[in-house]
Amino acid sequence: MTEAAIQVRDLRKSYGRVEAVKGLSFNVGRGEIFGLLGPNGAGKTTTVEILEGYRQRSAGEVTVLGHDPASRDRRLQERVGIVLQSCGFYPRVSVGEAVQHFASLYPAPRDAEETIALVGLEEQRKARTAELSGGQRRRLDLALALVGDPELVFLDEPTTGFDPAARRAAWGVVRRLGELGKTVLLTTHYLDEAQALADRVAIVKDGMIVAEGPPGELAPGQPTYRVAYDSNGRRVQHETDDPTDLLHRLTSDALARGERLEGLAVTRPTLEEVYLELTEEDER
Amino acid sequence: MSSAATLWRQLRFERRLFWRNPSAAFFNFILPLLLLFLVASVFASDPEELDVLIPGIAGMAVMATTFSALAFNLTFLREQGILKRMRGTPLPVPAYFGGLLGSAVANALVQVVLIVVIGNVVYGVDWPRDPLSLAVFTALGVVCFGALGIAFANAIPNFDAAAAYVNLVFLPVIFISGVFYSADSLPAFLEGVAQALPLKHVIEGLSGAIVTGAGVADNLGAVLVIAAWAVAGTYLAIRYFRWE
Ligand SMILES: Nc1ncnc2c1ncn2[C@@H]1O[C@H](COP(=O)(O)OP(=O)(O)O)[C@@H](O)[C@H]1O
Ligand SMILES: [Mg+2]
Repeated sequence: MTEAAIQVRDLRKSYGRVEAVKGLSFNVGRGEIFGLLGPNGAGKTTTVEILEGYRQRSAGEVTVLGHDPASRDRRLQERVGIVLQSCGFYPRVSVGEAVQHFASLYPAPRDAEETIALVGLEEQRKARTAELSGGQRRRLDLALALVGDPELVFLDEPTTGFDPAARRAAWGVVRRLGELGKTVLLTTHYLDEAQALADRVAIVKDGMIVAEGPPGELAPGQPTYRVAYDSNGRRVQHETDDPTDLLHRLTSDALARGERLEGLAVTRPTLEEVYLELTEEDER
Repeated sequence: MSSAATLWRQLRFERRLFWRNPSAAFFNFILPLLLLFLVASVFASDPEELDVLIPGIAGMAVMATTFSALAFNLTFLREQGILKRMRGTPLPVPAYFGGLLGSAVANALVQVVLIVVIGNVVYGVDWPRDPLSLAVFTALGVVCFGALGIAFANAIPNFDAAAAYVNLVFLPVIFISGVFYSADSLPAFLEGVAQALPLKHVIEGLSGAIVTGAGVADNLGAVLVIAAWAVAGTYLAIRYFRWE
């Protein structure tokens, strides 16, 4: 039972002549929150739906909780919870009924009421699913994926289209999954989401992984610091590995000239910049 | 959990959903009865016409509650992503479709019973002469049109188009299959088409059971045609099934 929850080796998937996934390899450890981060069309949904057993891979090896998901083994489905990228529900069923019905499909479900509370839908328990807002519907998706008490949860773009408050709430639920010891595979094209939630991130571009690691370590090695200030109405920027020395020189010069360094800032390149750089189209 | 219990729970869920959709309930129950009352009121004094109409409407109801309803339903479920969502759960596929089919079958059975009872109580048509044959042809019709409904859903591109697609098949078929009047007066070509399709044979079987007393053994040709369509429908339903 010490093997990884998900193992992917050289996964490939072609739609006709279009190769959407071009040799992905990664592992997700048990209890880990793993993020597949990448722009639209990178191949995230394709990858996740192969792992969920919805799509057949063209090549490569895939293991999910020790099973090949392509076999669609019921014992695997019982241990996995799925939030699809977009997916409706029976419109005339209440939230409570929906969660209860899904609970009845699993051998050892969570308590339905508690699951509704976990995603914050207590007030909507009696509301029909057709009456829910977009954010509430997504939380219902989450409740339906969790009520079977899965070991492994797939979340495909769980917060796309959310307002900031709903996103924070959803993040809270995902963190809670982590605390409960669940393994989570999450896809997103929001960098801050990957940064906030994932223990490890793989950045996917054009069906390939271009970087992988804990979000904090994905920053590029060089240069490490950026120093910027306004001078004569222009923004001046320096990049350096040694900000102490640079700042000393800049401030001494400024003092000597009797100038104030307006808007002085020392920053480290954010993961966002790394992400943009890595996923940038090669236009040159 | 045993598969029987799972199927039963799924069927109850589908029944609950059915009653919450008033327009579907209308389509399933009121429409055939409304047609029965309207057409019967024209021919109310002519027992021979009623002998044609009662089995005809019963056959139409079987087709409407299974073929039309399932083609409609599945297109909706597919378009909404509900099929895909259910597929991601441990619910066995046979239990899921058992629930869908079972719900349609329940509607068909209620309809046939209602029509037979109304035929007797309101219009003075005799009680069915061969109840066993009535059960057999209802069951055959339900299986055949159920499979064809699922198969037909595979061909419907989206839910907006579903009504047009379903009626494009349903209306001509009930027209040529002798639902409202004896089909003997049809031009030979249309008569041939109707003979090749299952509804006419379901109605023939029901007519034998309700009116003439012809049993299953007397209608083996009809049984064969219906069974052949059931097999073809099942094959097409499975072979071309689209979850999303
Ligand atoms: N069912 C499909 N048929 C054909 N092409 C597809 C299909 N699904 C995805 N694609 C293509 O594969 C690529 C990856 O898509 P997808 O996996 O949805 O990416 P992401 O989820 O990262 O946005 C895209 O170019 C998309 O157009
Ligand atoms: Mg996607």
